[in-house]
Amino acid sequence: MARLIRMDRTGHTTLAEWERTDQPSIDAAVEAFRRELDRGYLAMVSTGPGHAEQVRELPVDADTVILRLPISGG
Amino acid sequence: MAAAQPLPETAPLPETAAVRWRPRMDERRLALYARAWTATTLAHVVPFLLTAAVLVVIEPWLAPMSALALAQAWIIPELYANRGAKVVRPKPRAGEEAERTALGLLGDLVGHDARDLHARTGLVLERGRLGTWLVGEAGALLVRGRYVHCFCVRVDHPGLPSADRVSHLLLALRADEQGFATVANQAFAGARWRVRRRIPKRMRPALDAAR
Repeated sequence: MARLIRMDRTGHTTLAEWERTDQPSIDAAVEAFRRELDRGYLAMVSTGPGHAEQVRELPVDADTVILRLPISGG
Repeated sequence: MAAAQPLPETAPLPETAAVRWRPRMDERRLALYARAWTATTLAHVVPFLLTAAVLVVIEPWLAPMSALALAQAWIIPELYANRGAKVVRPKPRAGEEAERTALGLLGDLVGHDARDLHARTGLVLERGRLGTWLVGEAGALLVRGRYVHCFCVRVDHPGLPSADRVSHLLLALRADEQGFATVANQAFAGARWRVRRRIPKRMRPALDAAR
């Protein structure tokens, strides 16, 4: 089961879970994904040890998609 | 027909758009920063050392004044290093449960050794192409040989647990290391030993491990 999670004040929140063969669960995840991107979150997937990539569409094949907020110089 | 442009190795971090006036950080620019910091330190230290020497040569009774000048020569670089070390000092914690949950996610992102080091020191060690990074909750240290670059960088959300802050920075760093170093503000660059003295004791093993 793949997960869409958002880092927030609770630690993190699972917003959606989907199976690659279950279209309704994918549709719900895509909707949640777009909603969070509209709120200003950035979506990241790990692409190997020490590497991550920002995605703008829900990668259905990913195991975990993490939503983070933008960073800035302090 | 226009020549094909080489594709960037990684997509640039979107946050770099907010600092588009800054040149993208790279090896050459880091070396330039290090030299500039060394020159700044010398510009502060050398005049005080000369003053100290001249005072005792002119009049031995001025030795106390000479000692004050020597103290200035020592204190000023220490203040700069302290400013750099501040970027990784711990911040107030969120609730215990949120911290635990956030720690679980951070643990999933890093390997066993980095997890263990984070538990002991509060810093995550991440090897990059520019050097070895030590990522804290509101900043990061980039270790390059004898030099340490101190970057102030954070996520603007006051309620986030500490480990989530580290995860935010880690994911951004992994997505675009040069972009990360571009967005971050450089607070200090200087000798490893100088920074080591100013960071909290429990963080020092992380700096020792970053070789």
